[in-house]
Amino acid sequence: MTPEVISVARLKKTFATLTAVDGISFFVKRGECFGLLGPNGAGKTSTIRMLYGYSPVSGGELRLFGQRISKNWRGAKSRIGICQQEDNLDPDLSVRDNLLTYARYFDLSTATAQQSTEHLLRFFSLEHRAETNIRELSGGMKRRLVLARALINNPDLLILDEPTTGLDPQSRHQVWERLEELRTEGLTILLTTHYMEEAARLCDRLIIMDQGRILVEGKPQELIEKYVGREVIEISPPDAALQDYLESRGLYYENFGQRLVVHNRADAALFATLADNFAGRRCTLRPATLEDVFLHLTGKELRE
Amino acid sequence: MKRVVTISRRWVRVWQRNLKVYRQTWKISFLPPLLEPIFYLAAFGIGLGSLVGDFTYGSSSIAYLPFFAPALVAITIMYNAFFETSYASFVRMYYQKTFDAMLATPLTLEEVIIGEITWAATKSVIAAFLMQIVISLAGLVQYPSGLLLPAVAVLGGLAFAAIGMVFTSLVPNIETFNLPIFLFVTPMFLFSGTFFPLQNLPIWAQWLACLFPLTHLTLLVRACALNSLAPSLIWSLFYLLTFFLITSLLALRGMHKRLIK
Repeated sequence: MTPEVISVARLKKTFATLTAVDGISFFVKRGECFGLLGPNGAGKTSTIRMLYGYSPVSGGELRLFGQRISKNWRGAKSRIGICQQEDNLDPDLSVRDNLLTYARYFDLSTATAQQSTEHLLRFFSLEHRAETNIRELSGGMKRRLVLARALINNPDLLILDEPTTGLDPQSRHQVWERLEELRTEGLTILLTTHYMEEAARLCDRLIIMDQGRILVEGKPQELIEKYVGREVIEISPPDAALQDYLESRGLYYENFGQRLVVHNRADAALFATLADNFAGRRCTLRPATLEDVFLHLTGKELRE
Repeated sequence: MKRVVTISRRWVRVWQRNLKVYRQTWKISFLPPLLEPIFYLAAFGIGLGSLVGDFTYGSSSIAYLPFFAPALVAITIMYNAFFETSYASFVRMYYQKTFDAMLATPLTLEEVIIGEITWAATKSVIAAFLMQIVISLAGLVQYPSGLLLPAVAVLGGLAFAAIGMVFTSLVPNIETFNLPIFLFVTPMFLFSGTFFPLQNLPIWAQWLACLFPLTHLTLLVRACALNSLAPSLIWSLFYLLTFFLITSLLALRGMHKRLIK
């Protein structure tokens, strides 16, 4: 058995006039949680759709579980669980029937389907809503059910396309806890997200994509240290004097209009210096995050 | 990339999904095919029938009700199958994203579409069968030839389900279904030898009507109900079968073009 669950080489996806994925290469090892990050239109969903065989590959090579997907795609797909971005639970069926019916699409035996269904209902705290119609569920419960559904075939690879978008903090934390449990059990996870906190918390390794290309690849903490440093200082509102000072000292900063974010790598006393010299402004010292890396690499313009 | 078409018996899983949903509301689904013939028979038998009197159909004399009742079954087959793969499948595909969810499993698009078409055919067979019971009780179906009716319903159901799916693969939005219904289904409903014998039409219109699948389905259903099976019906069988095969291929191709990006 090859340790690589996913291996992608020079993968391309082109639509009529648009190159959505422009020759990306990466691999995901068994038991790893791998993040696919990037602004809207970066090519994340296109990549994922090629991975699970929904979209034909325009170029490059794609291997799942060590095999080319074109060779044994049905075998590969029966080992993958997919949580798609849009809500596509079956509104004509109850919570339990959603799981049982989905199990049939995988050709699971009735006994296995029932066993998995009851287990997943408990795992995602949905057992008391088993007979409820989908339309009556809250957003958080729907997401948990989508996750449960993605696990119905006891997959070796779980693909999550923005699993917590639109959830309240409580629901999001609940989803994260479940995902962490699954990761601890050794499940391989591929995740796309817009929440850097989510990526930093869940991912062992990640790539940041933009315009169909991979910008960087690495472990969250390593990327933070490499591209931003340990801490940042936020200052608002910024003015010319402050910017002149920062430039005279050769300090790197990002200008967000109403706010300057100074990347601080070396000077332990920088915060105190700035707070003293530029009193009257709001000065905040905080640890550097993946979001700083993300904005640093992908820029500030809106992607629409 | 080369398109790989794989179809296995897994389409049954899609069929089962639709059956499950149908069984939740079967009491409501059973009502129209049971009540509709009673309404029609009352209106046409008592109201219109007495006005029309007996007339010549084929080579024999027939009253209006035995002439029309089988056509009602044919129309029911058409409506049940066509509306299932047009409006109902469109809702599942477009609004509920049910197909997307299915395509994240080992099911192929081809299997999903075949499951939908066979389900729509099943639904029209159920409706035709219920209706057959009612008009049989009214003495309007002759046996044993009437026993062939469900088999004819399977073929008719498949043909109209497949053409419905062709339109589903083409329409940009749900309102656009008005077009095939107004230009295709309604003319068929009226001019397929359903309400009056085709021989009453000018010869060119008779030829045109022969292109309608409902014309052939009505001929077949009526022959079963009136115990007047004739060798020439082979052509109607052949027409419906060919129609089903061609529209199925068009539906599969159209849906592939629509959904696989």
